[in-house]
Amino acid sequence: MDRRKFLQLSGAGLGVSMLPLSGNLVAESKLTQSGIDLSVKKEFADVALNTATKLGATYADVRIGRYLNQYVITREMKVQDVVNTESIGMGIRVIANGTWGFAATNDLTADGVARATRQAVATAKANSKYQQEPVQLAPVKGHGEVSWQTPIQKNAMQIPLADKVDLLMDVNKSAMDAGASYINSMLYLVNEQKYFASTDGSYIDQDVHRLWAPFSVTAVDKKTGGFRTRQGLSQPVGRGFEYLDGRAEDKIQAQTVLYRDSYDMAEDARLAAQQAKEKLTAKSVKPGKYDLVLDPSHLWLTIHESVGHPLELDRVLGYEANFAGTSFATIDKWRSGKFQYGSDKVNLFADKVQPGSLGAVGYDDEGVKTRNWDLVKDGVLVNYQATRDQVHMLGQKKSHGCCYADSWSSVQFQRMSNVSLLPGKEELSVDDMIKDVEKGIYIVGAGSFSIDQQRYNFQFGGQLFYEIEDGKITGMVEDVAYQSNTQEFWNACSQVCDKDDYRLGGSFFDGKGQPMQTSAVSHGSSTARFDGINVINTKRKLG
Amino acid sequence: MAILSRSEAKRILDKVLKYSRADEASAQLAGSETGNIRYARNSVSTSGIVNDIELAVEARFGKKSGVATINEFSDASLEKVMRRAEELAKLSPENPEAMPMLGPQKYVSVDGFAKSTADITPDQRAKAAADSIIAAKEKKVVAAGYLEDQRSFAAVATSKGLFGYHASTSANFTVTMRTENGLGSGWAESDVTDFGAMNTGSTSSVAIDKAVLSQEAHALEPGKYTVILEPNAVSGLVGYMMSGFDARSADEGRSFMSKKGGGNRTGEKMFDKRVNFYSDPTSLDVPAQPWTDDDFMQLGRIEWVKNGVVKNLARSRYWAEQSKGEVVPEPNNLIMVGGDKSTEELIKNTRRGILVSRTWYIRMVDPQSMLLTGLTRDGTFYIENGKIKYPVKNFRFNESPVIMLNNIEDMGVPQRVGMWGISAMIPALKVRDFTFSSLSDAV
Repeated sequence: MDRRKFLQLSGAGLGVSMLPLSGNLVAESKLTQSGIDLSVKKEFADVALNTATKLGATYADVRIGRYLNQYVITREMKVQDVVNTESIGMGIRVIANGTWGFAATNDLTADGVARATRQAVATAKANSKYQQEPVQLAPVKGHGEVSWQTPIQKNAMQIPLADKVDLLMDVNKSAMDAGASYINSMLYLVNEQKYFASTDGSYIDQDVHRLWAPFSVTAVDKKTGGFRTRQGLSQPVGRGFEYLDGRAEDKIQAQTVLYRDSYDMAEDARLAAQQAKEKLTAKSVKPGKYDLVLDPSHLWLTIHESVGHPLELDRVLGYEANFAGTSFATIDKWRSGKFQYGSDKVNLFADKVQPGSLGAVGYDDEGVKTRNWDLVKDGVLVNYQATRDQVHMLGQKKSHGCCYADSWSSVQFQRMSNVSLLPGKEELSVDDMIKDVEKGIYIVGAGSFSIDQQRYNFQFGGQLFYEIEDGKITGMVEDVAYQSNTQEFWNACSQVCDKDDYRLGGSFFDGKGQPMQTSAVSHGSSTARFDGINVINTKRKLG
Repeated sequence: MAILSRSEAKRILDKVLKYSRADEASAQLAGSETGNIRYARNSVSTSGIVNDIELAVEARFGKKSGVATINEFSDASLEKVMRRAEELAKLSPENPEAMPMLGPQKYVSVDGFAKSTADITPDQRAKAAADSIIAAKEKKVVAAGYLEDQRSFAAVATSKGLFGYHASTSANFTVTMRTENGLGSGWAESDVTDFGAMNTGSTSSVAIDKAVLSQEAHALEPGKYTVILEPNAVSGLVGYMMSGFDARSADEGRSFMSKKGGGNRTGEKMFDKRVNFYSDPTSLDVPAQPWTDDDFMQLGRIEWVKNGVVKNLARSRYWAEQSKGEVVPEPNNLIMVGGDKSTEELIKNTRRGILVSRTWYIRMVDPQSMLLTGLTRDGTFYIENGKIKYPVKNFRFNESPVIMLNNIEDMGVPQRVGMWGISAMIPALKVRDFTFSSLSDAV
């Protein structure tokens, strides 16, 4: 049983969010128990691989997964929901007659595994009737028996629920004490225990941990009928519970406190309450062209939408045309070797290895050892993100390692890697950057986002907006959104701060595919400046 | 196994509730068989069938609640799942908003099950995709599409004597057609209860025509235009707005439905007098489960907006108690009353305007005014003197559906569309002063 459910949260006012949730609902104690024994996993994997080979498959890979989730959902001084899930099963993917076939089962017995394998081979053979080009896999040398674990200090699944509830109640109290009208806060914890084996000779055991602690504070002015929200500045991370330690050395004192490798949720909630109230009376922005100074807590989303997605090779080729869309970054532009994606200050790289990032794993879901590679070098488009069966279309021989499935029951496919902006080479602080801006806006935190299906035209909001006049921040402004075109925007990048300012942001529930699968991915950057960007005023009055 | 009869389901639910030692208990048994086929670049990429059945049991001790799930139904398993729910309840923090479970409900009879959908075969699925791909190849366009069909049942019961059973079928087909030169794109959808009423070939033809006609688009200046929004262009905006028809967020002062000084805007005329929204599970066009998902409350017809006046906002049992208002359950479908004109007739009566086939990537910009942004997609055309003159480049819009529904010029015949996981009947709308804020190069 692995039913995909959607937990609807309406408590957060109008920002209705749908959380993907799969697996059996289990007791908290299940989350701390160890998973399937390694030798048992190898035994089942061999049953699948041998059965597939005997039935004529030319390649097979098997993923045996135990997926644990814990969601803790609160508002003000109430716990609204605690959800613990566990999902265990196996997915088998084969190539037969040059065509992919996939099947999955939660019947983890030798018979169950063999039955699913037969289904996968039969599906491959049936689908081969409609196949126009046989699958070509980039070679991967078997890795033998290896393992990898997210480098965590405190396993979040092992922290007692009562401590998590206490933490969120402290967070909510600090917001309410600071004058918030409402606060919704959550903890999302994920542990993927994944075992991968393939006919290439790999047996890979991985233990992947992710965590996200978002909140939304609302301030209401009953007299005017106005209200404003400020969301938390925490980032989803590939770290343990230590991320919530909020160490002093990880704090950056700016217009608000910004966070590096750990996060002080209660402090941010207090500041959020103060700022939500400040937003109620902040000046409404005058529309026009501004130089934007974008903090990494904001810029990650712009990178995600305008670089990460358009450089996914399956989108470029048209495989996602009916859902996510295609891409402006077509093969001919890449092949020219001259497509100026951004200014010469812009270096964007993909990776699956940055410590603390959501995308970091030892090996992807088709057994490729992870690495990093350039996407945009000195402003020029140089590569895409691709899987083993795609890189040959680029004339490349090595997969980028971008294959991922969100469950043992989902078929793996190309997903975004971490995509990040390289810090500037020259020493440059945020203060120094702002000093040179005559008319600008400094934006912190991610807000509303929308981009077209080929990733040209976008519009982004944010959480906090500060007007810059003649090199100085003069105060908060509201009703800000900026619109641009991807290529124009990245070519307007005039400065990127140095590596001391480099921080990761990320998306915990990125959706793609039909049926839809979620994945989590990080985007790093230092604060960057973009000149002459069109800012609109979003204030409207209803009758 | 996935689809149980009423009596089979009742037997399992009765048995599991008998094992309860909690103050209150409820159980929900749901099963489905879902098939899908996906294709792109005129070739099938994936297909699959997922069978699933699950029993979810909730146990309550005072305001402490625990939920456990299982997919085995032996006596031992049923007892185990109830014990597990009880253990979880004892360990859970209290939920001060928990309301007592409901007793017997009067569920309306809903006819939402079609044999043709229940009996669909892998070959029919493959043919549905092939019909679309063949149509595409004939016109030298490239097809990417997805068909998902489902037969399912749900049965619910509580220790206070509530019982309900509902079986349904549905099929949803979407297809994007793109010209080989990449200059034209069209999209179409078919959302049905009865697979026999679905014709993927003819739906594909609509998308193909739009793709072919939308090539070599002219650039128009952004600004305020009279627009004809086809049902799939209207539904994204209306879906967002209806998600805000919630009494609690309005009463709390954090919604476009909040009233200055406190309370909400129920009873106010907020829209053009031709605007009418309601929900009704017995609708023959969009039949729906006759109870709410969270507490199995019976659903009947609910008026949301009548002649432009807000009649109801959804209000949970907890919030009804707190605010001393009436309970208004969350619906499972939405019907917007339209007019009697076809899209062609709406075009014919338009001197100058823009025809929008579809809106996409819609996001909230400001919840205070329900300001949304998004883009047009897959066929945007300039209308002059009652005729489509030429295709135009896609626009980004920044518009509030509340303002849009005050600027109605005319309405078309409602069509069934998929909207936020439910089915809805939505008409095409002709609207004046719709705000396009920038141009997009996307095709």
